[in-house]
Amino acid sequence: MTPSYLVLIAPALTAAVLASVPSWRLGVWINCAGSAATFLAALLLPWQVGRPTAFLLIDPLGVYLSVLTAFVGMTTSWFSVGYVRVEIARRRLDRKRLRLYHAMYQVFVGAMLLALLSDNLGVTWVAIEAATIAAVLVVGLPRTAEAVEASWKFFLICGVGIALALFGTIVLYLAALPVLGPGTAAMSWSTLLPAAARCDGAVLNLAFVFLLLGYGTKAGLAPFHAWMPDAHAEGPTPVSAVLAGSILNVALCVLLRLRGLLAANEAAGGGAIPPGGALMAFGLMSVLMAAFSLWPRRDVKRFFAFSSIEQSGLTAFAFGLGGPVATFAGLLHMTLHTLAKASVFQCVGRASQLKGGQTFAEIGGLMVSHRMLGITLGISVIAVAALPPLGLFASEFLIGTQTILRMPWLALPLALGLLVGAWALLARLQSLCLGAPTPDRGPAPDALALLPVWLMLAAVLVLGIAMPVPVSDWLRMAAR
Amino acid sequence: MTHHIGFGALSYDLAHLLGGTALVLSFALLYQRRVSAVVNTYALQALVVAAAAAWQGWVQNEPQLYLTALIALVAKAIIIPLALHGIIRRLEIHRSIETAFGVFPSMAVGVLLVVLAILVVLPTTLNAATLTREDLATALSVVLLGLLTMITRRNAPTQVVGFFSLENGLILAAVGVTGMPMVVELSTAFLVLVAFTVFGLFFFRIRDRLGSLDTRRLDLVTEEPR
Repeated sequence: MTPSYLVLIAPALTAAVLASVPSWRLGVWINCAGSAATFLAALLLPWQVGRPTAFLLIDPLGVYLSVLTAFVGMTTSWFSVGYVRVEIARRRLDRKRLRLYHAMYQVFVGAMLLALLSDNLGVTWVAIEAATIAAVLVVGLPRTAEAVEASWKFFLICGVGIALALFGTIVLYLAALPVLGPGTAAMSWSTLLPAAARCDGAVLNLAFVFLLLGYGTKAGLAPFHAWMPDAHAEGPTPVSAVLAGSILNVALCVLLRLRGLLAANEAAGGGAIPPGGALMAFGLMSVLMAAFSLWPRRDVKRFFAFSSIEQSGLTAFAFGLGGPVATFAGLLHMTLHTLAKASVFQCVGRASQLKGGQTFAEIGGLMVSHRMLGITLGISVIAVAALPPLGLFASEFLIGTQTILRMPWLALPLALGLLVGAWALLARLQSLCLGAPTPDRGPAPDALALLPVWLMLAAVLVLGIAMPVPVSDWLRMAAR
Repeated sequence: MTHHIGFGALSYDLAHLLGGTALVLSFALLYQRRVSAVVNTYALQALVVAAAAAWQGWVQNEPQLYLTALIALVAKAIIIPLALHGIIRRLEIHRSIETAFGVFPSMAVGVLLVVLAILVVLPTTLNAATLTREDLATALSVVLLGLLTMITRRNAPTQVVGFFSLENGLILAAVGVTGMPMVVELSTAFLVLVAFTVFGLFFFRIRDRLGSLDTRRLDLVTEEPR
């Protein structure tokens, strides 16, 4: 039993406690404390890399994504404290539902951590399934017709995606069976990756197709993205904030590991197709589709959900491009986008509670009426639009230069998508933050409400202009 | 670990018979018009899949597959169909159902999907055991037909049956591959149980909110609120 397991035990225990505590006032703080404990446990992980554990794969990639997920889980649980109070006052949530909400929040975060750290593909699959179910339950909580529809759609689309991923897992096992023999070895990353060259390439291709379709659905890649805008728009905002980054990262992480497996097999002449092409195609399609879909949106949360699809597509594109630099850029982009998008959703959550609605018509002129909220939201949106000096500029710049270097003819459509997307973000930023203020219909956020957002934006800024050497070394290791 | 079994060996023929029966039942799911008939067909398919799992347990000498068979038998061939019948009765929707396609087009598309599954699986798995690859082709066909059922049905309970049937295909694939670790069977069993409770919740809620189980009425959100 190594300290690595603490990061999984903390959310599980917290979920159990939350499920048995009827008081929501207490539950809010237990949720915070549990998320903070999870983050602290995740901070132990970097020292556990390379130590053998029975069921976990503690490698740089998994560790780094776990720390990120636990961090966003923690800041969002802080955000959730104020959010929940307003929702109770507005009677959109009641006590009983809040108990479910808090327990599912921890299950969701815990399941994602398990998916990131599990060595066994089957366990990863079960964990992603559990995270999906937890998220579905929370998205449907407001119990409006729209929320029920959103969670139904979420469940059906992701259910099918997950079923296809399981089929892919079975086929992957079949590909490794002649090499590693029956048993869990043929389903574990730690044994699969060294044996990749000897696996059956043709069967690997078949597995790749199904895993790409399945986990691509979870990553929100077009054309399987239909669940994302609804789930983001209708569910409680804290879940949108965690959902926006983390679950996409989990799926992209599996796809990245799979890319390594196929690339190793292909390099050894095992007969696998180079996996980059498919990833780039789906990524580019998502970027273009989402960039143009941003324009007609009237709902703010739905708008930013499409923006998440665009960024997820860009990350997949970078992973597809391959090579250490592009993978490094993809990982950096994923990190920064997770932080920036969680900031955006936390600000939008505050703003929509303040204005009593979540459409662009209802939220406007935040700079005039609520200066601090307006400025914070403005900076977050600028970060997502990848303008310097914030971090996403650096990662998009790296991805762009790598594209020009290696696939020059793809640079044009990619640049088109990114420009159209950034333009839409900036155009909407004007109406959200500048312009005439719309009337307030809810309580104003208190002074400390934006603290978690500032924490995340500070991280985005630091990673953009002066990335600490240990962080860049770590990312380089994860990208290898 | 290759089994040199071919045409004429009992283990091979019986596995084929069971896989083929499951596939035929997938086609039956496509054209059944009454909700209760759809559920019965699903129960029968789950029974066949349970038999296939037990048979593979015998052939591969893997006792854990008997457990898979037992789970499939108890949960999916008995409990879930009974519960579905209960829901259907309570909601009074046992009369007739509409399908998006007619019977003939959906059968034609179904045949095309089976051809696709065979064309995809057989050439790529040349090095695997004959039984495994043919089982996999059948299983993929069942998965694809389950998807097709979900697409062609309008009604929430029948869409769910399509999803469960898809999951039957996954079990068929998992038991056909030699020595597949237990984790998959357990997880799929887990999936069914949870999925079912979640779905169960949904049915009542959709009806509460919209007064109907017709998923076409679930189009409120796609029209952006003004």
